[in-house]
Amino acid sequence: MTEIRYTKDHEWVRLDGDIATVGITDHAQSALGDIVFVELPEPGRAVAEGEACAVVESVKAASDVYAPLAGTVTENNASLAADPGVANQDAEAGGWFFKLRLAGRAGFDALLSAADYQTFVQSL
Amino acid sequence: MADAETLTVPLDAMHRGLGARMVGFAGYAMPVQYDGIIAEHLHCRAHAALFDVSHMGQAILSGPGAAAALERVVTGDIAGLQPGRQRYTLLMNADGGIVDDLMVANLDGYYLLVLNAARKHVDLAHIRAHLPDAVSLTPHFGRALLALQGPESGAVLASLAPEVAALRFMDAIETTLEGARMTITRSGYTGEDGFEIGLPAERADALATTLITDARVKPAGLGARDSLRLEAGLPLYGNDIDETTNPIEAGLGFAIGKRRKMAWNFAGGAAVRAIHDSGPARRLVGLRADGRAPVRAGAELTDAKGAPAGIVTSGTFAPSLDAPAALGYVRADLARDGTILAAALRGRAVTMRVAPLPFIPHRYAR
Repeated sequence: MTEIRYTKDHEWVRLDGDIATVGITDHAQSALGDIVFVELPEPGRAVAEGEACAVVESVKAASDVYAPLAGTVTENNASLAADPGVANQDAEAGGWFFKLRLAGRAGFDALLSAADYQTFVQSL
Repeated sequence: MADAETLTVPLDAMHRGLGARMVGFAGYAMPVQYDGIIAEHLHCRAHAALFDVSHMGQAILSGPGAAAALERVVTGDIAGLQPGRQRYTLLMNADGGIVDDLMVANLDGYYLLVLNAARKHVDLAHIRAHLPDAVSLTPHFGRALLALQGPESGAVLASLAPEVAALRFMDAIETTLEGARMTITRSGYTGEDGFEIGLPAERADALATTLITDARVKPAGLGARDSLRLEAGLPLYGNDIDETTNPIEAGLGFAIGKRRKMAWNFAGGAAVRAIHDSGPARRLVGLRADGRAPVRAGAELTDAKGAPAGIVTSGTFAPSLDAPAALGYVRADLARDGTILAAALRGRAVTMRVAPLPFIPHRYAR
């Protein structure tokens, strides 16, 4: 069963088994504007929860993307690196950044639901 | 939303109605983008874009001896500026640093000054301190200023004001457009042909609406204005030039009039002359990075031996180059085109090459 959760750093996390796919939310891409470059973590890298592990650059500025949960990077999105604009056009599907193998799903359940994330965005 | 201390431009409601993302800039709420910086940038290069630059300061200098008085603090030949002409010049401090870069237009009877938003109050005080009683400098900071820029801007504006067709780059007129007195200069800060139109605040909405109703014109924000000026190799005050930079190292020696280079009789003239004669220790250059990661302001540069080489002062992704581009100061011995440097970016080194400016050739109506 696939579930999607969100973070206050404007990332989405989709869990399939013990693999979490991570990207930036549609709200985030809209706020960033035209995305022109991404820097993605290499497979095999162990990341801590909250660790800056990817970078997204718009015309105006660079922003960090954080690991929403601890885990090991299994894959990054090479097609996004080749065409960063996909993060604008398809932020919450084809514009994924990297996949993590999680140690467990306890942290995942503590992330924001879609409804809670929408409430959070509206409060900004 | 704008807080109580944030100023608004006359077109604030129009920007919000067009879906602009508003940001604070020099104390004003300003549109940074509407549809997207890249689309707006490319539209300006291909067609025409309308920028609201009403945050910039317009001021009128008048009175007998106005040109000579202004020359005490600017580098340009103002006395030699003919009626109907505009000139880019530099306002100087006593140490040879740049207080502001500005436009001066001779409108036959008075001079129109266009000042950077963040500097306009400083400029006013600085210039006034050097004026005799008979010469006055009057701010018109509430006036609107619209910049129509791009290769189709001439045809668009001529359809409203036929007299602009006869203007060449850096010509300036005062005219009546849609029933209001306006100043129009054929100039801008994008590297493209274009116009800057100064007009009463209450007339801005009608003119801007007319202009963006033309299918050739799209509104563009400060984001595109920054990427356009960077590609055009034009320095941004506060980034590339400031009170600690001098005109020679900034590559702005052209803004010192020939006659002024005989006498050097402007504020800081002796200091600037010394640097002119001995050569600057560093120079502002264009920089192109390998790869696609933008190298931004503040990135430190090293030479082939790893020694400090300088610093990036402006950097972005340049839409017309489809690549990153930057401006920065480098040691004078490293300023030759093609010199290979390294920029520090997130703990690694990115190769950068000194590149000729402008990155995109100017296309003014000369």
